[in-house]
Amino acid sequence: MDINQYMGMFLEESREHLQNLNNCVLDLENAPDNLSVLGEIFRSAHTIKGMSATMGFTTIAELTHEMENILDMLRKSQLQANPDIINTIFKCVDTLEQLVESVSTNNEKSIDCKPLIAKLKALAKGEIVTAPVLETKIEKEMVECSSVEFSDAEKSVIHKAQGQGMQAYELNIFLREGCLLKSARSYMVMNALDEIGDVIKTIPVVEELEKEKFDLCFQAILVTGSDIEKIQQTVLSISEIDKVDIVPCRMTDATSQQETKQVMSTAKPTVMKPASSAAPASAPVAMTADKKNKGGQSVRVDIDKLDALLNLVGELVINKTRLEQIGITHRLTDLVETIEQMDRVTTDLQSVVMKVRMVPVGQVFNRFPRMVRDLSHGLNKEINLIIQGEETELDRTVIDEIGDPLVHLLRNSIDHGIEKPDEREAKGKNPIGEIRLIARHEGNNVIIMVEDDGKGINPEIIKRIAVDKGLITQAEADKMEANEAVKLVFLPGFSTAEVVTDVSGRGVGMDAVKNKIESLGGMVDVETKINEGSKFKIRLPLTLAIIQALLVKVSEEIYAVPLGSIDSTINIKSSDIKTVQNKEVFLSRGQIIPIVRLAHVLNIPEVEKTEQDEQDDLFVVIVHIGELRAGIIVDNLIGQQEIVIKSLGKLLAGIKVIAGATILGNGQVALILDIASLIQ
Amino acid sequence: MSEQKYSNSEVQLVIFKLGREEYGVSILQVQEIKRISDITRVPHTPDYIKGVINLRGSVLPVIDLKKRLNLAQQEVTEDTRIIIVKVEELSIGMVVDAVSEVMTINQENIDSPEVVAGSISANYLSGVGKLENRLLILLNLEEIVGMGQDGNEM
Repeated sequence: MDINQYMGMFLEESREHLQNLNNCVLDLENAPDNLSVLGEIFRSAHTIKGMSATMGFTTIAELTHEMENILDMLRKSQLQANPDIINTIFKCVDTLEQLVESVSTNNEKSIDCKPLIAKLKALAKGEIVTAPVLETKIEKEMVECSSVEFSDAEKSVIHKAQGQGMQAYELNIFLREGCLLKSARSYMVMNALDEIGDVIKTIPVVEELEKEKFDLCFQAILVTGSDIEKIQQTVLSISEIDKVDIVPCRMTDATSQQETKQVMSTAKPTVMKPASSAAPASAPVAMTADKKNKGGQSVRVDIDKLDALLNLVGELVINKTRLEQIGITHRLTDLVETIEQMDRVTTDLQSVVMKVRMVPVGQVFNRFPRMVRDLSHGLNKEINLIIQGEETELDRTVIDEIGDPLVHLLRNSIDHGIEKPDEREAKGKNPIGEIRLIARHEGNNVIIMVEDDGKGINPEIIKRIAVDKGLITQAEADKMEANEAVKLVFLPGFSTAEVVTDVSGRGVGMDAVKNKIESLGGMVDVETKINEGSKFKIRLPLTLAIIQALLVKVSEEIYAVPLGSIDSTINIKSSDIKTVQNKEVFLSRGQIIPIVRLAHVLNIPEVEKTEQDEQDDLFVVIVHIGELRAGIIVDNLIGQQEIVIKSLGKLLAGIKVIAGATILGNGQVALILDIASLIQ
Repeated sequence: MSEQKYSNSEVQLVIFKLGREEYGVSILQVQEIKRISDITRVPHTPDYIKGVINLRGSVLPVIDLKKRLNLAQQEVTEDTRIIIVKVEELSIGMVVDAVSEVMTINQENIDSPEVVAGSISANYLSGVGKLENRLLILLNLEEIVGMGQDGNEM
């Protein structure tokens, strides 16, 4: 079978399920009794197992299989979730992540998960001191009756057999790696087992064994009078059998199950971990998660295809405009009416295509709870991460880029922001720190905030470090306001951590964050109060591909000015322009604003001199970059429009004052002004 | 250069006119030929860059070939076309006075450019094709597009 064509799908789906696993195990940690969460985890693990077995990734399948055993026992309350189990499951998820990534680079075998599998098996057998189930031998055996589920008929067979002094065993038979005729081997095993007893059940079922629909391992339930050693000999006498695990199998009927449950619920308080302090809140969370996961069906589409679609829609609009003109020139009322209809459809089409590219920011956010958990555990801090507005949508291109800066900010908050529990208590704060990750719309922007209630940033310390590192002079530091000083953290080579830790503080953090966000056309700001916390506010454009712009006309040429950098547009008289040191300026609301004459800067050929002379009223677009302002004189304002940014290509790259190009409704290309270079 | 790369002895050329001279480029480099449309001037570019056009949703630069080759300018006519060529993965439009035909020419009939290096810098030529009584000037597009040397032309 050519599996390569399914590879992409496998990778994507596995990643999705692993993400889901991560989230659910986090929920489970907070609410160990939540059966719906357990079910969710089980389903995800099962899907991964199925997919990887089909694709022939045995290591993944084997690991998930063992994981499933544990999960199933948890689900059936044969085992109680405790920190050890949760951590092992987390480790499994991590290892699976590594395995899936290694699959994409074609070296599945390089990761050794034997110790983990051994650990899982040990857990399944209840070989941990904390597990309350091991009180008596009978209960222990009950636990061993691992994941195999029996129908009533099978149960009665086992009961009967037990009555006749026979025993039911669960056999885990492992074929040697590279075994070619797996179905033949399994058939031989079955035959051999039939000689010493009755095989009442196999997993997978016999038909699937015959079709080789299993990995290197399959299970069989054998009812026999022989002992374990004999079974082992029989099975291992067949060649290409790697090993066989034999576990005595005992029925867990309803009554005994309930008993165990009771044992466990009384024992529970002793095994609970402090980390589960958020437990009361977690149940409703899990429920909303359920709702969301079920909502909506989706189709995976390559982003390139969407781009192509967007271009085609653009073409359609342009051709429609041409038809419109034909209709008008030839006075064809019928045509004009039809085109009006078409106009509505194309407008809708355009907006739908734009919307299709939007992705909820939750796709980035959902990996953070796990990260926060691991980091806070590592630092012995207790942190509650609150995520709001994960449904806020951003363009795909922005989503792909925003992850890293957010990781930086969160790590900073966890490491430098939130204090250790005892320190917090001493300050009279809740020992559990709180980090809020909030996304929301604000006009044409999306705001993402990382807020913590930690110790805040002390401007005096920031100043001192900046001076020490030679980033600013002492004189500058003395003059600096507190809120300005805090912004020094964004300077390259600045790190406030006294100790460089694993988590953050390598001195590359904040300036990298700032650069990245600015390259996305966004801004980052920080507000902080000592001992109350700090708030990092990221402002991002909805999309990189589409912006709102003001179209202006200069002589015969049309240019687009990004709306984000426009303050206002005003009319002035030519006489309002004054000259200061040979530079043209004018006064607006008491501010002196330098004039930029586009016609001059862009070397626009003047069409009619007389028109310019007559023009006494001048249109001025006041733009700003940071604190810098300038008034751009244009001949006419055409209007505000959503434009799709296109690059000018390699040949014309690097032209100052031009940021790119866009295609107007009539098919004409208009250039987008680069305000920053225009002002300077 | 590019024409000589092909080992088979025949090359197919798109023939076009600049003024009264006939020029050719390998058909393999030509993407399409389109009527002249609105060209948006781009400031701060060399004068032979005529501007940019919209080709089905992407923005392409357009070169005024006659200016690039220092030939006399001529008004835009009904015959004026833009030939879209692909040079080093880059699509570029070239304004020409007319596109006449596609023809096959034998490699043997192509002389080295030194023979006729007159008004046009020899760098821009890859050869001269002889066909009965016609002379075809074959262009070296890589050099004409002049990747990375635009600065010298300012």
